[in-house]
Order: sequence, then structure tokens, then C-alpha cells
Amino acid sequence: MLEIGLSHYLVVAAILFALGFFGIFLNRKNVIIILMSVELMLLAVNINFVAFSVFLQDLVGQIFAMFVLGIAAAEAAIGLAIIVVYFRNRGTIAVEDINVMKG
Amino acid sequence: MYAFNVASLIPALPEIFMAISGMVLLMVGVFRGDRSTRAVSWAVVAVFIVTAFLISRVSGPGVLTFDGMFIADGFAVFMKQLALAGSALALIMSIGFNEREGIARFEFPILFLYATLGMMLMISANDLLALYVGLELQSLCLYVVAAYRRDDLRSSEAGLKYFVLGALSSGMLLYGMSMVYGFAGTTRFDTLFEVLSSSEVGVPVGVLVGLVFIAAGLAFKVSAVPFHMWTPDVYEGAPTPVTAFFAAAPKVAATALLVRVMIGPFGAMFDQWQQIIVFVSLASMALGAFAAINQSNIKRLMAYSSIGHIGYALVGLAAGDKAGVGGLLVYMTIYVAMGIGTFACILCMRRKGRMVENISDLSGLARTNPALALAFAIFMFSMAGIPPLAGFFGKFFVFKAAIQAGLYTLAIIGVLTSVVAAFYYLRIVKVMYFDEPAEALERPVGTTLTVVIGATALFTLLLVVNPGPLLSGAAVAAVSLFGG
Repeated sequence: MLEIGLSHYLVVAAILFALGFFGIFLNRKNVIIILMSVELMLLAVNINFVAFSVFLQDLVGQIFAMFVLGIAAAEAAIGLAIIVVYFRNRGTIAVEDINVMKG
Repeated sequence: MYAFNVASLIPALPEIFMAISGMVLLMVGVFRGDRSTRAVSWAVVAVFIVTAFLISRVSGPGVLTFDGMFIADGFAVFMKQLALAGSALALIMSIGFNEREGIARFEFPILFLYATLGMMLMISANDLLALYVGLELQSLCLYVVAAYRRDDLRSSEAGLKYFVLGALSSGMLLYGMSMVYGFAGTTRFDTLFEVLSSSEVGVPVGVLVGLVFIAAGLAFKVSAVPFHMWTPDVYEGAPTPVTAFFAAAPKVAATALLVRVMIGPFGAMFDQWQQIIVFVSLASMALGAFAAINQSNIKRLMAYSSIGHIGYALVGLAAGDKAGVGGLLVYMTIYVAMGIGTFACILCMRRKGRMVENISDLSGLARTNPALALAFAIFMFSMAGIPPLAGFFGKFFVFKAAIQAGLYTLAIIGVLTSVVAAFYYLRIVKVMYFDEPAEALERPVGTTLTVVIGATALFTLLLVVNPGPLLSGAAVAAVSLFGG
């Protein structure tokens, strides 16, 4: 029987974090996907915090995870609002079209 | 067990005052509508002034509250007052601009207020959690003000880019915090320092990974190379007073945070983070000097210039001692004055009721508006670091600290890049004084702008007469950071 220990959680979180990170840079389609990638990164961090919290027998990690959840929600709300504003001006939210300013 | 009593919250009184005033002013705005914008704006400026006064009254060496999560020391006082001054000046500049452009809404000053409150919390953070919450309060407000001109494509694009890269940097910062928490077992700064300096087997690898992620996240916030890519676009696209605000207050707060985190909890890992800071500083100075040469848009040029200035300020942090941090504080103060002044000049660049932003629009300014040209020239000479203007002293103290700390390469490359950077600053002066006059800029520029330009230009020009108070203030603040 496989014993699931701290390192397993850390590896899962690291993989999710990397997925989110590369999702931001490799995605050429839609800004909404970037928003999903950001959420993925934050949730990966939450797995880390909760796993460490259990491992260290210390509540601070779980409290931290609560704060991250709350702030992630606020961030998503503001991000979506900005995307709506952008869509109204530009008529598209394809990542390759976000190029009015360059240099 | 932590017993709650109201008196123990007194060190956070300025922040509590700000938060409550913000809510009250928000209600005033909601009930009075956009008519009240001007009143709310001036009320927010008044709140900044009162807060700056309160801050100096409640601080002391090692004053903690919120169970040790919040610290009000001399360093915090210095940086907070600087950030408040930057916010207040940027807000004063924005009032006339927003009214002329037809985007005067009462939410704008409120967003400034809450962004500044976030900065206060960042500067006073004594725990990774407090750091994160303060940083996000600031960032979330800044995303909105960047996209504030919501019917303008460039402004909304600036907001979108800032949001995506800002969220990415927050993610990296958080990942770093989770690693530090896991491998050091605490999020409190003072406990972290004890854990990291007392460990006999050396610092755990997990903490080192965490440190790198935290440094990367904070480098994003101060817009240091290689995490600077959002800066030019956001500076160019955001409304000009907002750009002035970005260039001043959030930079101060993020730098303060970077200094506190590096010197405080990670103080025992100086050898490790010094390499990171030296690299970031070198790269920022070089990019700030070379990438700005080809710019034709003045706001974009100022973005590269601000990247370069952060590089110079970080030279002080790389030295890692009291003299270095003191130099950094002096540098940031002078940078805020010069930056606000320059953007106030840029705000005067109007023609036929529209903002113009090209460097060529300044040609012959010395003949069409000599006073504005003179002020602009003072700021440009100062940014280039030409004595006896204030910018020279900023550079002088950070380079002196670097040489005392044995960082000769850093100091030499810093001086060389500032020579390169002088090229594009002096080019602006040349365009203003020696090129054929273009069509005159609109006059008058307005009382508030005149006052802001006058005050910052006098500060830049006359600091040499009596630099004592600034230098001793910065030295006291730096000493308090090192627990002395």
C-alpha cells in the first residue's frame, strides 16, 4: 500500500503550479484561459499551504489558504471586469490581438 | 494566548483612520454622485496629510500590534510618509486632468486611498500573511485605476496587461511564501530570522527556493529586469496622472517591502540574495539606459527611465548595510520628487484640447513656454545625475555604499550606464532648447500643476543647500531597520 506523504502533495502542487505558469505564456487563444491559469497557480499554492499545515501541526497554513481563497475571488472579479472593458473597446479578447502598444 | 484589547491597536491607528475615512468618503460619493468628485478628492488629500501626521506619533522602536503582524518602526515611518506624499501629489495632479478629460468620478480618489492603504500595510508588514494581504489590496486597486479610462483602448489594454502580469507575480510570490512557511515552519518575520540564522546544518533548500520565488515576485512589483515587461505598456496606456502615481507611490512601497524582507527575515541569507539583487540591479540599470534611447513617446521613455532608477536604488540594497539602505531611502525620496515633477510637466503637454505625448511635441518649448522648459530641464538634468541637482546625491550615496561594501563592478557599471542614460535625458533638453519651435502648448496649465511643478523643482534644485534633514532622516530610518 502506497503511503501518501508530504512530498506527494508538494509534487502535485508543483505540477499544478507549473501548468498554470506555462498556461499563461504558451496560451495564444483566449484571455479567459489566462485567468483560469492564474487561479490554477493560486490553488496549487493552497495545496502547498494546507499540506505543510498538516505536516507541521500548525494552523497558520490553513488560515493563509483561506486568505488566498478570498483574495483570489476578488482578483478574478476585477480581472473579469477589466476583460469586459477591454472587449467593449476592442471587440476581441484573443491573446494575439492584445498588441496596440509595442516596443 | 493573545488577548484582544483596543489599546493594543494604537500603532495601526493611522491605517484604521484611513480605512474608515475611505468608507465614509465612499458613502459621500455614493449619495452625492459625481458632483462630489472634487470635494472627495481634496478630502482624500486631507486624509493623506492627517495620516502622515498620525504615523509619526504612534511609531517607536519595535512597536508591534495585531499579534506581531504589524510593525511601526522608524523605517516604516519614513517610507510611509514618502508613499503618502507621492500619492497626495499624484492625486492633486489628477483632479484637473480628470475634469478636462470627462472622466471625473468619485471612485477615483477612493481607489487611490485604498491603494495607498495597501502600501501602508505592505510597508508595515511583519508577517508573510500581512505582506500578501497588503500587497493585494494595493495591486487590486492599481489594476482598476490603470484601466480607469474605460472607453479608451490603450487604457484598458494597460489594465489588462498589468492585471495578467501582476496576478502572475502574486502567484510566484505566494508559491515562494508557501515554501518558506513549509521549510522554516513560520510566517513571522522575526521568528523566520531566528530560525534561519540559528540552523546549524545551513538553510534548507526549500527556503532557498522560496527566497528566489519571493524575490522574483517582488522584482515584478518594483519593475526590475527581468520582470519589467509590463512597465512600458502600462506607463504608456494608463492615464497620465495614474502613470505618475505608479511611478511614485507603489514603487516606494514595493521597494520598502523588498528591503524589509531581505534585511529582516532573510538577513542571515545575505550571501544568497546579494547575488540576486546584484544581477537584478545590473540588468535594470543597463536596460533602463539602452532601451530608452529609441523611444519617441515620453511616457514610455519615463517607464524605461524608472526601470533604470530602480536599478540604481537596488545598488544600495545590494550593499546590504546601514549606509546602503540609507542611500536607497535618499534615492527613493529624490526619485519620487523628480518623477512627480516630470509627470506634472508631461501633464502640461496639451494642444487643441488633447494630450500630446511625443518628445518631438516639446520642440522649441524654451521659446513658447520658458518656465515650463526650465522646470523640465531641471528634472532631466537631475535624473541624469548632474551636480548640484538632487539626482546627483541619490546616485552618490548608493554608489558610495556599494564601494564601501566592495561591490566595485556594480558601482563602475552603474556610473557607466548613468552616462549612457544621460544621453536621452539631455536629448529632451536639446529638443526643448535648440529645435525649431512646434506649435505652442496650451496655456495656462492650471494652478495645481504649477504648484506641484514649482515645489518639486525647488526641492530638486535646492536640496544641495540643506541636505542634512533628509540624510539624517534616512540614516535614522535605516538604523531602525537593523534593530539598532
